Amino acid sequence: MENKDYIRIVDLVKSYGDNHVLRGVNMVVDRGVTNVIIGGSGAGKTVLLKHVIGLEKPDSGHVIVDGADITVMNDVELEDIRRKFGMVFQFGALFDSMSLFENVAFPLREHLSLKPGELRERVMKMLGLLGLEDAWDRFPGDLSGGMRKRGGVARALIMEPDILIYDEPTTGLDPLAARNVDRLIAETAERFRVTSLVITHDMATCYGVGQRVSLLHQGVIQISGSIDDLAASDDPVVRQFLASSGVKAGEVESLLPV
Amino acid sequence: MLKEVSGKVLLLPLAFLEEVGNITRLALYVLYWAVRPPYRFGQLLAALSFIGVGSVFIVGLTGVFTGGVIALQSYQGFRSFRAEGMVGAMVGLSLTRELGPVFSALMVSSRAGSAMATELGTMRVTDQIDAMATMAVNPVQYLIVPRVLATTIILPALAMLFNIVGMLGAWLVSVYLLDIDQGVFISRLRYLVEPDDLFGGLFKAAVFGFILSIIACYKGYYASGGAAGVGQATTKAVVYSAVSILVVDYFLTSLML
Repeated sequence: MENKDYIRIVDLVKSYGDNHVLRGVNMVVDRGVTNVIIGGSGAGKTVLLKHVIGLEKPDSGHVIVDGADITVMNDVELEDIRRKFGMVFQFGALFDSMSLFENVAFPLREHLSLKPGELRERVMKMLGLLGLEDAWDRFPGDLSGGMRKRGGVARALIMEPDILIYDEPTTGLDPLAARNVDRLIAETAERFRVTSLVITHDMATCYGVGQRVSLLHQGVIQISGSIDDLAASDDPVVRQFLASSGVKAGEVESLLPV
Repeated sequence: MLKEVSGKVLLLPLAFLEEVGNITRLALYVLYWAVRPPYRFGQLLAALSFIGVGSVFIVGLTGVFTGGVIALQSYQGFRSFRAEGMVGAMVGLSLTRELGPVFSALMVSSRAGSAMATELGTMRVTDQIDAMATMAVNPVQYLIVPRVLATTIILPALAMLFNIVGMLGAWLVSVYLLDIDQGVFISRLRYLVEPDDLFGGLFKAAVFGFILSIIACYKGYYASGGAAGVGQATTKAVVYSAVSILVVDYFLTSLML
């Protein structure tokens, strides 16, 4: 029987000198749904994310992924855990020395010994699912921002991860492109049945894709629950955040074409 | 007041020691990951080709002129006590012991070292290194190990090339420009330059290769702050490598003599 929570973060504390970024974060990432961590600039989102994927070690506290505490693991042990993750970076983070095909093939080549035909088939199928089959031989420098992001998703999905993590997926995009990315996240979650974790400051994304939302504020999780829980909260910090984001639930829905 | 001043004075050597410590740690980490499978021969060959084959022209070009100018200069000196025949030996000793390893290391540092720092730095600031780590591929092993190995392996070869081409330059200048007898030139050279001079120089070249590639990779790998940060990392990589090569050369030579 699988646990309902895929990732559990317990009392996570991290400081850089006098800068106390995480002051005891407690939260869970539910299996099989789209989880959103929302927070303003400097709330500690990126630092939290780096702890979740084991790129940083906390001062104290634990990150438990699928039942295993990753904060006590060394680099070699972490590699096994990291294969469960697919990470989509803000600007795609495709390797610019490789074509799109090679980028998506990279994890396969590194971890599986597939025959060239099989490799090609799997990569082209993934590119096809994301509408990139015609761009397979192009380099990241020649792709549009949206294509690069989809390329990043393709590369993250190719190893069939348990969980797909998006770092600030809509930053730097115009509102229409941002809603396209939201749709990409929702469709990907649906089609590939993966757990998703979206880290964002974009309230519209949060409304658009979030099934479980956690608000990170000054290094602690202020509230965690459904969108409705968030909207109904009396907590002054939550109310202030919702008000200052300038988005109301009703308006967001109208932005999303069916 | 005194405390403030002494604090600031102490900051500089502390920062220096911290940097040396970090670079040493990365060097040990590279050695650790170099012996662990998987061995990436493809990456190593690509690095050898870029760092080695790609530097042949620039090393050859600087070599021929360096050999030539040392011949010219030593001819002026030796002429005053009628020892022009010593020019060949003088150039041979200078090249094999010092100029071959040091100059080829400096050329590789400014050409390939700067490129390594820029490439890794760009990968760092655009999240490509983090992306690689999240795909369960160790970035030190994938990116740094092949570059450091390749530079360490290929720099003695480039230094040897520098020696040969430099000797050729000196021979051309001596025999055709300065009218030194060819036989004297060669016999003095053979009499005075020992195999140990050559091997000592090539050993130094390997050490310089290791140091310059570690520094370049270190600066690039830990770059931060966008395009400006990458630029700074590249500048520092080249400056630190050049200084380290010359400083290490002194101490290594004093140990070997």
